[in-house]
Order: sequence, then structure tokens, then C-alpha cells
Amino acid sequence: MARLTEENVRLAREIISRYPKPRSATIPLLHLAQEQDGFVTNEAMEHIGELVGATSAEVYGTASFYEMFKFEPVGKYLINICGTMSCALMGAEELMHHAEARLGIHMGGTTPDGLITLERAECQAACTEAPCLQVNYRYRFRVTAENFDTLVDQLQSGALEGEIPAHGTVAAVRQHIPADKAVGAIAPEDVTEGPAWLDGKAAL
Amino acid sequence: MTSNPGGTWPHAPGYYTGDRPKIVTSRFEYEDSYTLQRYEATDGYKGLRAALSKPAADVHEEVKNATVLGRGGAGFPAGNKWGLTPQGVWPRYLVVNGDESEPGTYKDRLLMERDPHQLIEGCLIACYAAGLSRCFLYIRGEMALAQERVAAALNEAYAAGYVGKNILGSKFSVDIVLHWGAGAYVVGEETALIESLEGNRGMPRLKPPYFPAAIGLYGQPTIVNNVETLANLPWLARNGAAAYTAIGTATSPGTRMVAVSGHVKRPGVYEIINGLTTFRDLLYGEEFCQGIRNDNELKAFVPGGGSAPWFTEDQLDVAFEGPQAGAAGSMLGSGAVMVMDSTTDIPRAALTLTRFYAHESCGKCTPCREGGTWLERILSRVVDGKGTDADLDQLLEVGQSICPGEFPHASNAKLGISAVPFPYRMNTICFVGPSAYAPVHSALTLFRSEFEARVTKRNLIPVTAVSQ
Ligand SMILES: Cc1cc2nc3c(=O)[nH]c(=O)nc-3n(C[C@H](O)[C@H](O)[C@H](O)COP(=O)(O)O)c2cc1C
Ligand code: SF4
Ligand code: FES
Repeated sequence: MARLTEENVRLAREIISRYPKPRSATIPLLHLAQEQDGFVTNEAMEHIGELVGATSAEVYGTASFYEMFKFEPVGKYLINICGTMSCALMGAEELMHHAEARLGIHMGGTTPDGLITLERAECQAACTEAPCLQVNYRYRFRVTAENFDTLVDQLQSGALEGEIPAHGTVAAVRQHIPADKAVGAIAPEDVTEGPAWLDGKAAL
Repeated sequence: MTSNPGGTWPHAPGYYTGDRPKIVTSRFEYEDSYTLQRYEATDGYKGLRAALSKPAADVHEEVKNATVLGRGGAGFPAGNKWGLTPQGVWPRYLVVNGDESEPGTYKDRLLMERDPHQLIEGCLIACYAAGLSRCFLYIRGEMALAQERVAAALNEAYAAGYVGKNILGSKFSVDIVLHWGAGAYVVGEETALIESLEGNRGMPRLKPPYFPAAIGLYGQPTIVNNVETLANLPWLARNGAAAYTAIGTATSPGTRMVAVSGHVKRPGVYEIINGLTTFRDLLYGEEFCQGIRNDNELKAFVPGGGSAPWFTEDQLDVAFEGPQAGAAGSMLGSGAVMVMDSTTDIPRAALTLTRFYAHESCGKCTPCREGGTWLERILSRVVDGKGTDADLDQLLEVGQSICPGEFPHASNAKLGISAVPFPYRMNTICFVGPSAYAPVHSALTLFRSEFEARVTKRNLIPVTAVSQ
């Protein structure tokens, strides 16, 4: 648990190469670090700084702005219950109370076995399916107390192992740009001419 | 548990089809709508071909003629925005705003999950027309499925030669880079989005410059467009501006996606005809939400996302037309309608929104950072029955320091309130500050008695002197 692994450094370099300026890769690389360790470690931030050309303080400065990055271990499953207006109108407060009672923890807490962290979240862009929640950013819609309990049972029994990766992994599919198809990222100061297709003629 | 309550539309949770023109949701009915195979079988990438067989300037002209209004909130016509880039400054970039997080808004996520190729094709057409040489597709961090679907679609599109070097064998070359956020509402503001994309804290930039089209990503001309805005382009490129403007009204052509949530019988996402559909159609229409739940009375509704001043039944006949909604005292924003029935505890409902904006303040300007939190604290106190009369005036006073002058609000015949039209003046860099005040102001203007009922009890406690 520390710096990025060799495989992740390879991925990191691939990601960095897509941006005209390496620092733009900071957030994607922080996700990579969080995927590796479950949270973002100091060593990883230092390593990311080396890769993108920033100090570890600068990387932390960026990282700490964003809600998804955790700097301490959280549960394997992070349950975010939405509490914004549409969900509140449809019973989000009650659901949160139920969740706290069922798990025996408060919002922000983690179960003693380290399996589940519970958090209050803001609008998840699923307002018509209120109240809703996300488990490691995967949705559950129109959640009742009963199906919250079912969800917890499933998480505890391991029934959702395949569907929901452990905290840290957001997307299980990555973009790969094949080298022979890539246009490539050029630093803006090295671009002097307008694009070739603006010659007043049709491209096809 | 992943039930789709609509039942009719298992593939797009919350989405309801209807007998209406479809510009951006035409593939939602297919289970495999997000695959290249399905996309190609349903007119996919034909718009790109059509665009590339014309000079770029002609495609730009076509988009201008169609008046494709921005669907991210401000409603600025896309074709005109593209024209704001300074002559001869290269490179220019496209940044796609897929940060959807305005309370009540649910449409961009569906478009990314259900039809990612349509978005990709839209990006390509925009890049071609406006001479943008690199595209960054910024997706909200918390949307795992959208990121996966767009990543998979981009991989397919690169392999098939639709994206990258010499697209379809032509001189048109552009990379589309999938970028993902990490959770911060304010990053949806376009200059904050650019800051975030540069690897910084996502704080809005000082204005001017007002438009990143002049100075944006890495200081270069940058077009920021919403996901839904771009998703319109493939259809437009295939069918032409005349077909596009034949739908809707002259000032608000085409369709738009609207999410209706809260206390209606059939909450859902609907692609409606722009400019013509009214809130009454939407809330009560058989093809839309079918009325208020339990046939309760309507108390109020938020017409355009959490930032928008509230409407009541008096505004039901306002249509989805920017200037109309503005004159009526609010805005259409991001196509998000939140409905409150007669059982709603208004101060509490307002608090859920004010808390959101106070929590999401980036802290760059004082009226928002301090004012938002202050509003939240006072309002919480009132909701908990610990407030006083003075608190209600204090709420308005704090609001005045965020946005001075008369704040927009809707008219209410019963209460003898007349409308103050949108927009407002503000003391902040971006809209987050005023947005914290909007729900408080609407709730207090329209339902003051509910607040007073909460604070009177407190005033009845006799005030006793320390000594006689
Ligand atoms: C606080 C704030 C949050 C915003 N959030 C979003 C958002 O999540 N998605 C979006 O497309 N536009 C959002 N906008 C609007 C953008 O700044 C910008 O106007 C829009 O992306 C431009 O695209 P369009 O012209 O295609 O609508 C937000 C604006 C503000 C002030
Ligand atoms: S209004 Fe609020 S969110 Fe916007 S820049 Fe100022 S402090 Fe930041
Ligand atoms: S309010 Fe909960 S998803 Fe939007």
C-alpha cells in the first residue's frame, strides 16, 4: 500500500499522454490510486505529483476539494443515501434513520467489521426514482426500508461481489486509444495552425 | 430492487416514451441501445457523414439556423456560442459538460448510459463545424455506469474509425478523451469545469472573460456544451435545420428532456416538445405525470432545477419557453421539475435545497461562503421550532447581501403578489450563492404563514427580566 504499482504507472502514463498538459491527469490518477488502495495514500499523492509535475501538496490541494476522494480507509462498500429535495419529498430522511438503525452506525460511520460505510449524499441525478442510493456509485432506486435490509443482507453474504466492485473502483471499463488511431495531445503553445479541415472544402 | 416502476420501459429507468417526436431518445426502447451495432442499425453516424460531406462553415451555419438552445441551464444558442471564438487563435477545444448534478436534473446521465454513440457523434459534428481539435468529455465522478458505457462506446468508435486520425478516411481528425470528475457540484459551472480539467480545485474563474469561448482550457478558446445540447446534433445533421425548427416554436425549437420528480403520479423523464408544452400538460397530462399523487392539491413546484424560483398553480399555463418562464419570475434551467403537494412541509423542503447549495459552495466569495451557511443555520433553527420572528427578516437580509435588489419570484393572485421577472443581480462569482437564497425567498414569499406558525410558539415564551 503506497506508491502506484508498475502496472498502474503504465496506465498512468497512458492517461497522461492524452492531455496537452500532464497536470490535467491529476484527478484520473487519484482515482487510479484510490482503486489500488481503497483510499488515497500520502505516498500515492507524492507519486502522482512526480508523474504530473506537481508537488504532493498541490496534489492534495486538488484531491481534498472533491468528495469522492478519501484519505482514510472506508468500508468495502460505501452506501450514499441521497437527501436532496426530490428524495427528501419521497422519504429520504426516514430511509436514513432506518439505515442508521439497521447498521448501528451514524451517517459518516463505518460498521465495526469494516464492510459498510454510510454517508448522506446530494442529488444523484435519479430524482424521478426517489428515494435512491448508491453502493460504490451503483444505483438502487425507490428504496424502501425492506429493500434496504435486503441490500445489506446481500452485501454481508457476498452475493453482490460480482456486480459491485470494492470501494475505489468506479468504472470497470477503461478508455484505450489505439496508438495508430490517436491524433495525439500537443501542448497548446506548439500549435500554430488551424485544423486542416477548415479549408473551405467538404471533408468527404 | 433495481425495479423500474414505470414497468413499460425496462431499459431506461424513469423514462417514458410517448406519441411525440423524438430527437434524442429514439433508441431508448432498445435493450442494446448503447452498442455500436444498434447505433449503426438506427441511422448511427449518418449525421457525421452528412456533415463531413459539406464544408465546416456550412455545418456551423446549419446549427446556427436551427437555434439549438443550450440544455445545460443558460439556454444560449450553440451555433452562436461557437461563433464567439476569436479568429485565428489555435488550438480550440471542446469540453463536454456531463457533470449533471443540479438538484432535480436527470437526463444527461440517461443520454450517456443509453445512447453514448449519439453523444460521441454530436461531439464530432461540433468539433468539425467549429474547428475544435481536441474534445474532453467530462463525466460526473459518481456515475459509474455512464463512464463505463461511454468508455466502451469510445473504444468501439475508435476501432471503427469514427474517432481519431482521419475520420472515415477524411482530413478530419479529432481525439475524444474521456475524463471523469470526483464529486463537486460547482464543477458543473463551465469555468470551474475547466479548472478541474486542468487538475485544480474546481472553483469558478473570475469574470470577465465571460465566455471560455475566448479564454478557456489552458487559456485557449474553448467551447463548453452540455451533453443534451450535443446529443441533438446527429439528428439535426441528418434532417436539417428546417426539420428541426418545424418542431416547437421559433424561439424554442426542437424538443427537450425534462425530469419531473416529487409528488406526481408518474414521476419520470420525458422528451417534450419545446416551447409549446406547458407545466399543466406536464403535471396533469395523461401522457406525462397524470396528476398529483393521491389526487392531492398542488402546493408549489420548482420549474427548472433547485436554483429556480418556485411556481404555484398560477403559473401552470406557462410553457417551456425561456422568455415566458423568465417573465413569470423564474427559469427553465436544466429541465428539472420538482413537485410539492399539499402535504409538504414548506420550510423543510426549502431547507433541503438551501443546505445543498451551502454545502456545495466552493468558498471563493464571501457572500456565498458565509451567506449560504448562515441561511442554512437560520432556516434549520426555524424548522426545528427554535427560531424567532427576527429570524425570518434575517433570512431576507442575508439574501439581500448575496443578491441585492428585488429577487425574482412568481406572481400569486390569492396573495396579491405580483411577479418580479428573472434574472437577478448578484454579489457572487457564480450562481451557487443566489441559488442558496432562491428556495428560501420563494418559500418565504409564497408561504410566509407556515414560517410564522413555526416561530410564534417561541415568541409566546414570556420574556422575564433578570431582576425586578
Ligand atoms: C453552479 C452551476 C452549476 C452548473 N452545472 C451544470 C451541469 O451540471 N451540467 C451542465 O451542462 N451545465 C451546468 N451549468 C451550466 C454551465 O456553466 C454551462 O452554461 C453549460 O454547460 C453550457 O452548455 P450549453 O450551452 O450546451 O447549455 C452549471 C452552471 C452553474 C452556474
Ligand atoms: S458563488 Fe459560491 S460557489 Fe460560486 S464562486 Fe462564489 S463561493 Fe464559489
Ligand atoms: S434529489 Fe435524490 S437523486 Fe436527485
